[in-house]
Amino acid sequence: MNDSKSLRDRIVRTVRDIPRSGIRDFFDIVSSREDVISLGIGEPDFVTPWHIRDAAVRALDRGATSYTSNMGLLSLRRGITKYVEKKTGIGYRPEDEVLITVGVSQGLDLAVRALVEPGDEVLYHEPSYVSYNPLIQFAYGKPVAIQTKKENGFRLTRKELEAHVTPKTKVLLLNYPNNPTGAALEKKDVKAIAAFAVEHDLIVLTDEIYDELTYDRRHYSIISEPGMKERTVYLHGFSKAWAMTGWRMGFTCAPPELTEAMMKIHQYTMLCAPILSQEASVEALRNGDSDIAFMREEYKKRRNFIHASFEEMGIPCIYPDGAFYAFVDISQFGMSSKEFALRLLDEQNVACVPGSAFGPCGEGFIRCSYATALDDIKEAMVRIARFVEKL
Amino acid sequence: MNELLKLLKQNALESPENMAKILGISVDEVKQKIAEYEKEGVIRAYQAVVNEEKLDTSLVTTVIEVKVTPESEGGFDRIATRISKFPEVESVFLMSGTFDLLLFIKGRTMYEAAGFVSEKLATMPGVTSTATHFMMKTYKQNGILMQTRDDNERLKVSP
Repeated sequence: MNDSKSLRDRIVRTVRDIPRSGIRDFFDIVSSREDVISLGIGEPDFVTPWHIRDAAVRALDRGATSYTSNMGLLSLRRGITKYVEKKTGIGYRPEDEVLITVGVSQGLDLAVRALVEPGDEVLYHEPSYVSYNPLIQFAYGKPVAIQTKKENGFRLTRKELEAHVTPKTKVLLLNYPNNPTGAALEKKDVKAIAAFAVEHDLIVLTDEIYDELTYDRRHYSIISEPGMKERTVYLHGFSKAWAMTGWRMGFTCAPPELTEAMMKIHQYTMLCAPILSQEASVEALRNGDSDIAFMREEYKKRRNFIHASFEEMGIPCIYPDGAFYAFVDISQFGMSSKEFALRLLDEQNVACVPGSAFGPCGEGFIRCSYATALDDIKEAMVRIARFVEKL
Repeated sequence: MNELLKLLKQNALESPENMAKILGISVDEVKQKIAEYEKEGVIRAYQAVVNEEKLDTSLVTTVIEVKVTPESEGGFDRIATRISKFPEVESVFLMSGTFDLLLFIKGRTMYEAAGFVSEKLATMPGVTSTATHFMMKTYKQNGILMQTRDDNERLKVSP
């Protein structure tokens, strides 16, 4: 291949031009160090509850090693419709409105690929989970980021939406409770966004993976708004609420036409989600309510602690309503969030993720995950206090 | 259970300052509530959960099922209280089922425990029979895993 194009040149331009995740870069640095207290982890520190693991072991013992239907086990889809209806009041048909996916990540990919044609605009809000923008680009759509503001508690407003919508806008992608800001929407915010989506005839993709982790009020889903079920893909999964990240289990609830379209892509690219993970998820839905309640209470204590600690240090921290992240404003120290995170790691061995990894408006913030044992959080707060004192 | 008590049950050495932050109340409030619990006898003591297998002086734990004849006045209470007074008796529970009292005894050797049963317990008026078991290994105690470390296989940074 001496005279031919280099391998790099042969890679699809979109893929070549998209930088790898800023979290990934940071991970490589952190991995090379010993005795780091990490507040950089976006997954529960709990191991999957034993009865759920046991269900997978029993399924394996029984010989559950085959494919499932493309849509996923019917027993699991039935469990999901019951679960979703209980939370949102919205019923879906397990037969043709629910699709089991490999994590919400895959569900989102399916939804974007099923809906976005080259040049279609997709509205989403930043700071955001790192995969949203690339996913849209991989589908040759145009990502249109709305920079949410600290003053609004990183909640998306109708005014901001109106400023970014164009005739080419086709999809609105939402993620509340939010990674990385911990922001959750109030019912009135949801109503305003729903009205906007209807008025502009948009399809809504709502990633509500953190909905069980709201602490001070009940989560209100946009699908509960009249007229929204018909135009919404509801994305959820087992990773956060049941501490099942490694099982890679997600699902979508959507009208039959959309579900069928997503199923086709799923069928030809993934076939089905792994059967053992599906079996475990059946058990999670059947007997996992108390696990969620327990973990929620634990996270709430840590949330209180981490927020109070930053306030005590004189570092403003958005009061996190949901998820398990504190998005901390470090702009007063006059350095970029990456520099802050690197120096904190270097000088005090505490890892957190620079806010800039989640979009330009995350600059000036760091994301501290409190999905970490309380004792570690306590020590991390002592170290951070020591670090900022010297700045 | 009360959240403050839950925290103390997890870690009795937790500082009032930290507990105040965790619960979103003032430090004074935490201290006052703890004082009340102590006064009311809700909190009976603060103890360490010790893995005795790690110590050279490890003690033998004996579990004894005891059948007794309840008294016409006071039922099981009087005899249970009498048994509780022996310093080698660590715990006493009244049980439903095939026996009445369940005892946990700590001794230096099996013979010491056997001596307690034959000389002090079985001879006590009201005790009709005993069944003695020696505890071999502790896997979990007071909600704490005693053998395994809770290793976490998580990555240090993830999305």
